[in-house]
Amino acid sequence: MITTEGLTKSFGAVTAVEEISIKVARGEIYGLVGPDGAGKTTLIRMICGIMTPTRGRVAIGHGEQQRKNTIFGYMPQKFSLYGDLTVMENIEFFGSLYKLDGKTIRRRADEILEITGLIDFKGRFADNLSGGMKQKLALTCALISQPEMLLLDEPTFGVDPESRKEFWRILYRLNDGGMTVIVSTPYMDEAELCHRIAFMDRGKVVAVDTPVNLKNHFPYKILEIKAGHEDLDFLNSLEEVVEAGFYGDKYHVVVEDPESARRAIAGAMAEKGFNIEQINEIPPSMEDIFVSLTEKEVA
Amino acid sequence: MSRILAVLKKEFLQMKRDRLTLGMIFMLPLVQLLLFGFAIQTEVKHIPTVVFDQSLTWSSRDMLDAFSASGYFDVTCAAKSYEEVTEMIDSGKVKAGIIFPPDFEEKIKRGDTAPLQVLVDASDSMVSSSAIATANSIGLLKSQKIIAQKANIQNMPYDIRVRPWYNPDGITAYYMVPAILGIIVTMTMVMMTSMAIVRERERGTLEQLIVTPVRPFELMIGKIIPYIALGYLQITVALLVGAIIFKVPVRGSLLELYLLTLFFITASLGLGILISNIAKNQMQAFQMSFFVLLPSILLSGFMFPREAMPVIIQYIGNLIPLTYYLTIIRGIVLKGIGFGYLLPQVTSLLIFSVLLLALSIAKFKKKIA
Repeated sequence: MITTEGLTKSFGAVTAVEEISIKVARGEIYGLVGPDGAGKTTLIRMICGIMTPTRGRVAIGHGEQQRKNTIFGYMPQKFSLYGDLTVMENIEFFGSLYKLDGKTIRRRADEILEITGLIDFKGRFADNLSGGMKQKLALTCALISQPEMLLLDEPTFGVDPESRKEFWRILYRLNDGGMTVIVSTPYMDEAELCHRIAFMDRGKVVAVDTPVNLKNHFPYKILEIKAGHEDLDFLNSLEEVVEAGFYGDKYHVVVEDPESARRAIAGAMAEKGFNIEQINEIPPSMEDIFVSLTEKEVA
Repeated sequence: MSRILAVLKKEFLQMKRDRLTLGMIFMLPLVQLLLFGFAIQTEVKHIPTVVFDQSLTWSSRDMLDAFSASGYFDVTCAAKSYEEVTEMIDSGKVKAGIIFPPDFEEKIKRGDTAPLQVLVDASDSMVSSSAIATANSIGLLKSQKIIAQKANIQNMPYDIRVRPWYNPDGITAYYMVPAILGIIVTMTMVMMTSMAIVRERERGTLEQLIVTPVRPFELMIGKIIPYIALGYLQITVALLVGAIIFKVPVRGSLLELYLLTLFFITASLGLGILISNIAKNQMQAFQMSFFVLLPSILLSGFMFPREAMPVIIQYIGNLIPLTYYLTIIRGIVLKGIGFGYLLPQVTSLLIFSVLLLALSIAKFKKKIA
């Protein structure tokens, strides 16, 4: 449904997005996953046409560039509706920009507000909505033109966990109805909710696959070490360790061969006089996969 | 068309809720007119004056009376030395000093020329030009009288009769109030619209707006129309204040004034919206409007007569919508002339409006960067 070819955007000397070629199929939830500054927002802005690429191109639908305004609904990262207008006034404004008549807008708004749970807040000023409700209103406005596709730029940024779950429930419901969704997120738990994800790091896509495949094809094993509050960064220097990183109150160590690595780690820890409270092999999390992918990129 | 209406409705809703701005728009013409209408007097009278009379005779008192009677000089104090006069002018206590020499009366009686020194503080050119002109004409009149007596002449050789048309009493308010009206409208219109686009850019709402199918001209027109209504509101308030408080008569057709004002409003709005399209944030927009407004006030003929300006500056003044509007509003209000005489001004304003708006629409890209 969307194809980008060698999409590149430079701001002066800084290249925010470099040679990105992705294909998004109709009906999938496609996640752009990566930390801040990975180029997610720039990529989404180029896809929806409000930013001119330095190089490369975006193809939407079946070459229906002209209709691109009505094909997708876009939700920018920053809340960009009018705070001094009410929920309904915002919806009516955006609806009428798509030349919908008042009756159609009200009918559709009722449908969408029912799904997003804002039906009782029609008369409230957008400024007085909570963060989660603001996002739902933005989603409602993006949906009013009945687009075939949604482009969501970090829609759950700064939203509480409960509202995040709720937001994803809505996305799944829309997707069930055939909606294609491109969503960017820095959260790994949300990455797992996508049908397919593109891991982004420093302007590049480092991997594209389904979450399951990414896990299955992960070439390394993960050892989780608990050792008080010691700084275990020195493990990175061990030959048997691909990558060691801090993970809550534990350390996650990416290794090729768990057995030899266990021996090497035990030796190194004993040398430093650190006590290993626990060491277990665990299945890789999304974050482990992402970290090891981006580390490989540097090497 | 329906999209223009959508933008229009949204702008009206937002405007309606911005009570402070709305109040400002209403109060601005009221307060400004009251302040400036009374404050601005181009004819400087009652200049505080010190006198150092070394003659202390009938002749010197007679001359001093002539100065006081002119209304331009208020003799507020007397000095005892030349130094004291200098000191008082230096300190700014007085703006003029009149010095009679000790032999003032003797010289007149002998038929010699009696010198009389008038010192004027010319650091304020408005004050000094009034003082100098008045002092000179008093001297001439007094001299004439004595010459006429001596030569026993009944009729003067020339008699020039000046009739100041349109404002025979020289009431400054008649001249200033319409001009202040023009200033207020430009100021509000340029400032307000200069924020219109850039505010949305800064708040991020533009990003959502430009993914919709709205076209640049629909957005611009929709944003401008509410301000036209505001412009008319201001003009109505200003004209009412002018008529009720300053008794400024509208000699021409009120309908014509309202009609021609439209072109001035659109030109000002065009300027504002262009600024809004160029500026990257509201602060820049504000600075740019200021950059435009100051020349409007100084070069349009509002403060200083354009005829006195160097040709090059006059050309620059031709690039300011207010210049044309001043001719229009003073023409209709004071002279009572109609559209027929004002065609060149109206055409210029029309060209301004179309050009500025077209430029804004061309400049507005549906892009973030």
